[in-house]
Amino acid sequence: MSDKSPPKVELTIPIIPDMELAATKTAEVVAKHMDLDDEKSAEISMALIEATINAFEHSDSAEGNVQIHFVIQGELLVIKVTDRGKGFDKSQVKIPTIEEKITSDHKRGWGLQLIQELMDTVEFESTKEGTTVTMTKKK
Amino acid sequence: MADFSLEVKDEGDVVVIETNGYLNNVGGEKISQACYEKMENGKILFLLDLENSKVVNSIGVSILIEIIEKLQDVDGRLGYYNLAPIVEKTFNIMGLTKYSTVFSSKSEALEGMS
Repeated sequence: MSDKSPPKVELTIPIIPDMELAATKTAEVVAKHMDLDDEKSAEISMALIEATINAFEHSDSAEGNVQIHFVIQGELLVIKVTDRGKGFDKSQVKIPTIEEKITSDHKRGWGLQLIQELMDTVEFESTKEGTTVTMTKKK
Repeated sequence: MADFSLEVKDEGDVVVIETNGYLNNVGGEKISQACYEKMENGKILFLLDLENSKVVNSIGVSILIEIIEKLQDVDGRLGYYNLAPIVEKTFNIMGLTKYSTVFSSKSEALEGMS
């Protein structure tokens, strides 16, 4: 058994509009390295956009950046998106529906729903010191 | 900032909006502004050509929901064609396809809207 640690890519991106696209460029390279098909690669990028802009918009992070780790564990890609913000209570996040949103003044709030639909597994760890979203996709 | 531009064309009763770039909040606002200007002039049928907007986010797409809501008030309709698979999947997850229509081509879209 090898002691070699799994391949990892670490990225720190500043909380600046559209900087989530820098994360998707890295995700595309990682997906290509894993030989993931175009559909899975696009799903990963979309979920990553949503996780990153959630961190941008809701964390109120004084640190001003978001850490993203990609870890390739054989056939499994693990992505962690971490902010050092104020945290959130996932139980308070309502699952959106189009029927409710179409007449609501607040049409946003789809990020978590999209992440959960697009990735194989999603876990949230959130405290007052920050939030980590861990997402996985199998090859 | 990611560039976003659009071109607006009247094709009979249908307004065709060709977008180019990342459909985020900025892109969504530009689309809605173009739609609302046309609605003020009586147009109620809109088609988005998203061939050159293969990356979207939920904030930009949420603005399309706002357009759909406003079109419902005037019996108008919104449709799309040339969607990247991930964009169509996003529209499905968010439920846009219950209130607007994805077409497979421009010709099918123009026929379907008329």
